[in-house]
Amino acid sequence: MNSFDSNPATNSLISSEADSQRTLYPYVTGTSVVGIKYKDGILLAADMGGSYGSTLRYKSVERLKPVGKHSLIGASGEISDFQEIMRYLDDLILSDNMWDDGNSLGPKEVHNYLTRVMYNRRNKFNPLWNSLVLGGVKNGQKYLGTVSMIGVHYEDNHVATGFGNHLARPLLRDEWRENLTFEEGVILLEKCMRVLLYRDRSAVNKLQVLFSLCGIHNS
Amino acid sequence: MSREAMEMPPKGGFSFDLCKRNDMLVKKGLKEPSFLKTGTTIVGLIFKDGVILGADTRATEGPIVADKNCEKIHYMAPNIYCCGAGTAADTEAVTDMVSSQLKLHRYHTGRESRVVTALSLLKSHLFSYQGYVSAALVLGGVDVTGPHLHTIYPHGSTDTLPFATMGSGSLAAMAVFESKYREGLTRDEGVKLVSEAICSGIFNDLGSGSNVDICVITKGAKEYLRNHMLPNPRTYISEKGYSFSKKTEVLRTKITPLREMVEVIEGGDAMEE
Repeated sequence: MNSFDSNPATNSLISSEADSQRTLYPYVTGTSVVGIKYKDGILLAADMGGSYGSTLRYKSVERLKPVGKHSLIGASGEISDFQEIMRYLDDLILSDNMWDDGNSLGPKEVHNYLTRVMYNRRNKFNPLWNSLVLGGVKNGQKYLGTVSMIGVHYEDNHVATGFGNHLARPLLRDEWRENLTFEEGVILLEKCMRVLLYRDRSAVNKLQVLFSLCGIHNS
Repeated sequence: MSREAMEMPPKGGFSFDLCKRNDMLVKKGLKEPSFLKTGTTIVGLIFKDGVILGADTRATEGPIVADKNCEKIHYMAPNIYCCGAGTAADTEAVTDMVSSQLKLHRYHTGRESRVVTALSLLKSHLFSYQGYVSAALVLGGVDVTGPHLHTIYPHGSTDTLPFATMGSGSLAAMAVFESKYREGLTRDEGVKLVSEAICSGIFNDLGSGSNVDICVITKGAKEYLRNHMLPNPRTYISEKGYSFSKKTEVLRTKITPLREMVEVIEGGDAMEE
């Protein structure tokens, strides 16, 4: 359905020198991440599989990580690029802590930073091959957003990457409501992950779920 | 030897000459004419007493909605219906053709058509055209052997399933089915689930839209619920209505009835065979 065809003329110009340094295609990939807002904060779920092409190579990959005091990040796509993003974020959080000004970067700021990083890399034709989900709570405000590998970003009450967009979001659009309790949120996420396990070829049956609560800082 | 190779087979098989010509023209820069596709969400499920088929009603031509209320559930036999996704002409033509073949077969055998008959006819036709007939079908019906539901892909492969979805909205609909389907649904539960699945396709897929059509087939009976749900009504119609304020005065009314002109031929010859 989508006609995502790059102009062959410009490609031959660009691929002349910097080929060895550009990400052309992903190798070890993670599949969908699903995130929802609930009454007290954010819930993220992802399975723990890292596929190497069509082989399920790694079955204990943590694709959800806490970032700073307030945020959670989940990534699908190239695992090594995700690890690189974590390094960028660690540097970011460290610099922020070094200011020691009592303020800390919240999810909205981290989301914006990631958007800039992804978009700039895409402009140089050397993308970080990930779709990210970024969520968190700061000062009682819940935030949930997503950034794609080309820098498309938006925030919403429920987000998903990859196959999750096609399989999980229709379910979430029907069944999500404001102020879900923690248990209801987990049940909803579980329903989405189950459908993904049925219908996504690269899904594994081992899940990781992270949650972020109002007023609780990641430690 | 070369002369034999030049001769086309006298019957059967698809002549791919024009495909080569089309490829050559596209390479030279000719824009291929777009065709009417049925973006589409089609679903089928087996419930306690039979089969329920569902479809949306949007037909797209590229990015434009060509038909807001088309019929995607096609008649095959009194006890068999088929939903079609893909190129609209292909689904229409192929289902009409197999429907005629089934009727002839019914006359020949004197028995009710079986779903596997329709299935075999469809799959062998699609396979012989190697996927060029772009029709993805959900075939369902109830015959003497019971309720059946099959999916048929453009290349000719088939699956037999308790619930199935096809078309661009198939993932959205399948998400609903996978989370809510169970065996032994009643008719109302089945219709509700099918409606939900089609609505999921309508609202989450851009290639599907407008209304929900449903067909319930049970032993000896069928119900074709055209536009069972209309979740996209036309809103924002002007309440004032439309009126023309400046009236033209009627000065005179004169009605002239049409007179029949009858030509009478004197002494004309009667038609001779």
